[in-house]
Amino acid sequence: MELTNEIVLKRLQDKFPDAIEGHNMAYDFMNVEFKAEMISEVLGFLKNDPELNFMYLTDLCGVHMPAQTGKEIGVVYHLHNLEENYRFRLKAWVPESNPEIASATPFWLAANWMERETYDFYGVRFIGHPNLKRILNVDHMEIFPMLKQYPLEDTTREDKEDRFFGR
Amino acid sequence: MKEQSIFGEDHIVPEEKNYNTLNLGPTHPSTHGVFQNILQMDGEIIMSSEATIGYIHRAFEKIAERRPLYQITPLTDRLNYCSAPINNIGFHMTVEKLINVEIPKKVDYMRVIVMELARIADHLVCNTVLGVDSGALTGFTYMFQERERIYDMYEQICGARLTTNIGRIGGFERDFTPKFREQLEDFLKGFPKRFEEFDSLLTRNRIFMDRVIGVGPISAEKAVNYSFAGPNLRAAGVDYDVRVMNPYCSYQDFDFMIPLGTNGDTYDRFMVRQFEIRESLKIIKAAYDNIPEGNHYADCPEFYLPKKEEVYTSMEALIWHFKIIMGEIDLPAGEVYHAVEGANGELGYYLISDGGRQPYRLHFRRPCFIYYQAYPEMIKGQMLSDAVMTLSSLNVIAGELDA
Amino acid sequence: MSDIKMVEAPEGVNGEGFFATSLNTVIGMARANSLWPLPFATSCCGIEFMATMGANYDLARFGSERMSFSPRQADILMVMGTIAKKMGPIIKNVYEQMAEPRWVIAVGACASSGGIFDSYSVLQGIDKIIPVDVYVPGCPPRPEQIIDGVMRIQDLVRAESLRRRNQPEYKQLLASYGIE
Repeated sequence: MELTNEIVLKRLQDKFPDAIEGHNMAYDFMNVEFKAEMISEVLGFLKNDPELNFMYLTDLCGVHMPAQTGKEIGVVYHLHNLEENYRFRLKAWVPESNPEIASATPFWLAANWMERETYDFYGVRFIGHPNLKRILNVDHMEIFPMLKQYPLEDTTREDKEDRFFGR
Repeated sequence: MKEQSIFGEDHIVPEEKNYNTLNLGPTHPSTHGVFQNILQMDGEIIMSSEATIGYIHRAFEKIAERRPLYQITPLTDRLNYCSAPINNIGFHMTVEKLINVEIPKKVDYMRVIVMELARIADHLVCNTVLGVDSGALTGFTYMFQERERIYDMYEQICGARLTTNIGRIGGFERDFTPKFREQLEDFLKGFPKRFEEFDSLLTRNRIFMDRVIGVGPISAEKAVNYSFAGPNLRAAGVDYDVRVMNPYCSYQDFDFMIPLGTNGDTYDRFMVRQFEIRESLKIIKAAYDNIPEGNHYADCPEFYLPKKEEVYTSMEALIWHFKIIMGEIDLPAGEVYHAVEGANGELGYYLISDGGRQPYRLHFRRPCFIYYQAYPEMIKGQMLSDAVMTLSSLNVIAGELDA
Repeated sequence: MSDIKMVEAPEGVNGEGFFATSLNTVIGMARANSLWPLPFATSCCGIEFMATMGANYDLARFGSERMSFSPRQADILMVMGTIAKKMGPIIKNVYEQMAEPRWVIAVGACASSGGIFDSYSVLQGIDKIIPVDVYVPGCPPRPEQIIDGVMRIQDLVRAESLRRRNQPEYKQLLASYGIE
């Protein structure tokens, strides 16, 4: 049966009435925001339900919005049902002081490295991840570089003066 | 307790086995890229492995938050640098989706020609280097000549060979020059014959087939669970191609087949890429024969750099030129995800804009990064030389792996 | 009149069946025309290097037919591509394994100075960790430019004194990088 935004939203609202925090349309994707504590049940439902059957995790990434206090770091999931050719986007927000969320690795093996990358860049700790450590940056790095408060350039370099580069 | 040994019943095998640790380190003896695998080996057979990446992490996503749009296009070049035009055009299409501008059909067809040329170039690198790793150097030397011809064509359009920075948001800088048309026609006439020569070297070659059949297999369910994409997924038997599933850039006008494999092993990946090169040639020919009339750019003066003659004569064009170059154009707020079929699979761009002049967040969905996670599983139980063949058939490009 | 360019013989004493010149010159000539490169290709410049090794531009004409991937058997270390800070110790390791005399080419903008990636994770030029002889600018440099870089190395090799590697200035240079 063909999946549309309304059908998926209705199924989610029926199953998790208090986990949904909002939904909207962004260009051609439907966004649905969930509470971070319920994300494991939601993802399991989306993967295993025979009608919804989202077998393909397209992408998992993080976003940092320091203006939203209490919910600064967002984890964004892009899901795709290959048979019905339907895609949509899920988001869950966690506070910067305690960024913890359940891992998606029990459902999609692809989430393994994608969650390591999100941990490496934003510091989000995924509970239940088999091997959560830094993947792209050097292992002994102490900060999480993609957060907005850290600069792009290397702060310890001596040869490039900021005033010449407009910084 | 006596273990069953391949040497026969009488061979005594020690009770405790010590596995060797071998470092298939970042400096590879074949110019593939920098990634490290630490292998636990039992003699020649690989028991387990652990992959380490990040040796060329250049922080693209952080750089993109600090640059105006036209300065992000050179960054996207360096993702999958063997097929840079696809990355550039994918990024431009994402921005066009964000600003909601309609692209003329002629631009679509021109983009299709350039993207399919890039796909051919990338698949040639992968397949010839697969030959080199198994000892067959001739294919490399001959097919790199074809890549030089493709580079000549890129130079006609944008001036650069490898990291092309091709096109503009909304189209191209100029229409195809007569020299480009001549080069493209020569290419379409001469390439199929030379490609079939290369094909005859490896495809039915007994040595090559014995070397690659059954090496590094992956099943279709596992491949979907690992979010494989592109030729690697199609070799496992799943027909997912972004050009067909979510057509962009007028791909629905073209008639082409999607080759599928059965076992997902190295030979299937090689054959899928060979057939995709032939299909790309068909698409280029169809697009070139039917290019419609029209403008080579869309009507979006805030993002498309005006022609130099107009900049020197008209006031409005001068102002737009200044604003675009100095990066003072505000993007509309919103978030958009757009995917194109890169040479390695679904290359996605997730762009969040807060109405400022630079993207708030730009995330690249890099296919290499996602399917390389399955590599330790694919080489388990195989021999060391098979691990090298599997690695080169996966077409892992370091720039796309680390970003 | 043939149009083949002949290289001039070096300075020396000519005679019937012999040619005498200094040992420096002969060794320099021999070394310059048989350099074995170690292609340390990390990113896009590596693909331009593959095109340089291909049939169209052919680096093998200059004596670099046999590429050595083992540092112990190589003469030039050609660093092509961006070097991230994670990769720095590895490149130093490779450089230390090479035997004297050894030369280094930094091919591309990223290896010379960090290139367009002025970020926290990229080493802003490999001359921060190893001594470099020739820099080839470009992003990526055309194959002709890479060949030009190799030819400048050949000039350096031809003119180098046999005693240079044992002299205190050279040892001081290495010590400034922390290499024994």
